[in-house]
Amino acid sequence: MDISLSHVDYRYQANTPFERLAIQDVSIDIPSGTYTAIIGHTGSGKSTVLQHLNALLVPSEGRVTIGDREIKAHKKNKDLRQVRRRVGIVFQFPEHQLFEETVEKDIMFGPMNFGVSEAEARIRAQHALKQVGLGEEILVKSPFDLSGGQMRRVAIAGVLAMEPDVIVLDEPTAGLDPRGRKEIMDMFYQLHQERQLSTILVTHSMEDAARYADRIVILQGGKVVKKGTPEEIFSSPAELLQMGLDVPEVVRFQLKLEEKCGMNFNKIYLSIEQLSSAVAEQLGRGVKS
Amino acid sequence: MKKEIVSLKDVTFQYDGQERNALNQVSFDIYEGEWLAIVGHNGSGKSTMAKLLNGLQFPKEGRVTVCGIELNEENIWEIRKKIGMVFQNPDNQFVGTTVEDDVAFGLENMGIPREEMIHRVEDSLNRVKMDQFLSQEPHHLSGGQKQRVAIAGVLALRPAIIILDEATSMLDPRGREEVLETVRALKNEKSLTVISITHDLEEAAKADRMIVMNKGEVFREGTPDEIFSMDEQLIALGLDIPFSVKMTKAFREKGIQLSKHYLSEEELVTELWTSRSRM
Amino acid sequence: MMEKMIFGRYVPADSVLHRMDPRSKLTMIFLFVCIIFLANNWQTYTIIGLYTFLMTGLSKIPVRFLYGGLKPVIWLVVFTFLLQLFFTREGTLVFHWGVIKIYSEGIKMGFYISFRFFFLILMTSLLTLTTTPIEITDGLESLLGPLKKIRFPVHEMALMMSISLRFIPTLMQETDKIMKAQIARGVEFASGPIKNRIKAVIPLLIPLFVSSFKRAEELAVAMEARGYRGGEGRTKYRLLSWKAADTLQLIFLAVITVLLILFRS
Repeated sequence: MDISLSHVDYRYQANTPFERLAIQDVSIDIPSGTYTAIIGHTGSGKSTVLQHLNALLVPSEGRVTIGDREIKAHKKNKDLRQVRRRVGIVFQFPEHQLFEETVEKDIMFGPMNFGVSEAEARIRAQHALKQVGLGEEILVKSPFDLSGGQMRRVAIAGVLAMEPDVIVLDEPTAGLDPRGRKEIMDMFYQLHQERQLSTILVTHSMEDAARYADRIVILQGGKVVKKGTPEEIFSSPAELLQMGLDVPEVVRFQLKLEEKCGMNFNKIYLSIEQLSSAVAEQLGRGVKS
Repeated sequence: MKKEIVSLKDVTFQYDGQERNALNQVSFDIYEGEWLAIVGHNGSGKSTMAKLLNGLQFPKEGRVTVCGIELNEENIWEIRKKIGMVFQNPDNQFVGTTVEDDVAFGLENMGIPREEMIHRVEDSLNRVKMDQFLSQEPHHLSGGQKQRVAIAGVLALRPAIIILDEATSMLDPRGREEVLETVRALKNEKSLTVISITHDLEEAAKADRMIVMNKGEVFREGTPDEIFSMDEQLIALGLDIPFSVKMTKAFREKGIQLSKHYLSEEELVTELWTSRSRM
Repeated sequence: MMEKMIFGRYVPADSVLHRMDPRSKLTMIFLFVCIIFLANNWQTYTIIGLYTFLMTGLSKIPVRFLYGGLKPVIWLVVFTFLLQLFFTREGTLVFHWGVIKIYSEGIKMGFYISFRFFFLILMTSLLTLTTTPIEITDGLESLLGPLKKIRFPVHEMALMMSISLRFIPTLMQETDKIMKAQIARGVEFASGPIKNRIKAVIPLLIPLFVSSFKRAEELAVAMEARGYRGGEGRTKYRLLSWKAADTLQLIFLAVITVLLILFRS
């Protein structure tokens, strides 16, 4: 399912003295089956964009297309639930949304709201729990008796069980330790690869964007300042740094090598593996000549 | 001679209703003026340790000594004057309705006269560069700014030790840098002892010394150089290694000769440069 | 609607009333609520009215803003008036049409009571409009100070109030976040049958409670770590300063009271 934002503006508290333009003229296309990273600092408007992706916010200007639904500014947009069923959002600290008595009921909550039968929801709950790497024995436990990392996974399972066509991730690993972070990110990447699940990662981590995404959108001050493939985006790292944005560590390191060691690379490498090979090759050449 | 300022001796701790000890026979010293990073995955017991250091919890067995005083129920208020703590969640430690009120909170508790309070509030907010936000309300501040206010609140009490209990883990990269910069500057000018409980390995790499916790025990103690040279083991413990160490490793695998594991990218670049010019 | 609401809102401005000590403003409101009941004829109501308008003027709150905020209340005032008008059965009959009978006392009482109501609302709004919630808390703590002698937990109450004030915006943000997360999971808060909407509150309330308890716990630990151990031996950073204007203001109110007593029938 494709999603696209076209010339979207959003104003908070419109027509009051507190009015604030959060995003301006934002156009983003997210074709089905892609992994898109939306990057920006706090206050760049990325969470406002995120909320447009399943019609939690309706644009003040412009339009959002989600599959065959169009959501336009100044229009009554009815029955947005059908849209929300197809776009699952994993919010930051998703464990804060848990509320049921048991893990199983909590995972079933989403699917059942969207009209899935109880029997079917139960099957989905078991399946989703396996996907997030938890054992079935916790289905009967209270979600509040779990560890922080387990709660996070249960909350994610609750979104996966809705079987959305698109999944939106808002800093899904915030507050986790390095191992937890990697496991969760790898799990989503695997889902994306196996099922061609469209994935949208909203993050401030250039590392994650470079590692997982096949397209990147950079927001700053409520506007899209750059979009393209990771290679395109990071091909001019100096420009990004000048804009006050970060670049992945590998890219930063390559820049240092170029500046201080006078090495020349004809492209930007996005992984340690690639960069070290390139350096080895250059040094190797150095020996020969 | 390094002088110890905190020492734990055979400390064991257990939370009520849990079978496993959260801490098991933990012993180590912390020296005056150092930056000590305590790392470990979630549940390794590192946050429990922070709570033991200022008497928010008491050990089941063993002794905790701070500034030469052995911690007990009677002297915790004395100890708390010496140890300031900054916690993980920026919102849940902001007590005052405005920035200045929050910094003053600790001073009010100590019964500091008002004249002195005004002076200290101003001074400590200056140090964390939040003096422009004196009467700002917390919900208008970013996470990093709130944490800096929390640091100011600690500083105002003129402690000898500051504990950062995962104080940057809920911040974005910019906020994290803000907070760490602030603490680094303070440590240099005031010879504070900093104990940072963290899973940010880049931050730990810049510490003077590290302690790796695992399953409630001290797994390893040493300088960042020593700790990060056991890279595979760290990953097995659920930790990460800093970028420059990963890079060094990759270079070595490609047959590039390097003399050591580098913790700073600059040093690594320099050695590559010299090795290149040698060729 | 919510944006125009003025109850409990503070509007920053630099006025005599803003600068006054919260204790003097609290005392004034308390006395005002008492003495307004002294008014019982047109002379005394005029005095009270003039006093109220004078104070409104001193507050420098834009009349337009007050009007916008008080509009919903004015309907209540009108309703009070009509209630008195139709249901008072004293004095002489001035109007009779079908079941509707209006007496002279009804007209009088209608005016008096609705005016009294209006003045009370205006004056209490002025207090919150010109005094920050934390100032009100400080003022109350100071005024109720003597009650500490009878073991009334004045300090604890004040601390509770100020912490609540501090966390209101945080909780609002939290509510918004949880609501959005549950909407994304298919909950409908704003449409559907009433029974479903009531049920929809549970997925909002439980997470809110859980997170509030967690906050409270963490806050308590943080407070303890910062040396909080009750009100004893504590000094105060916020200073209330009683100025000449405060004394003058209360003297003025005393004069008004005397006038009311003289002119009431």
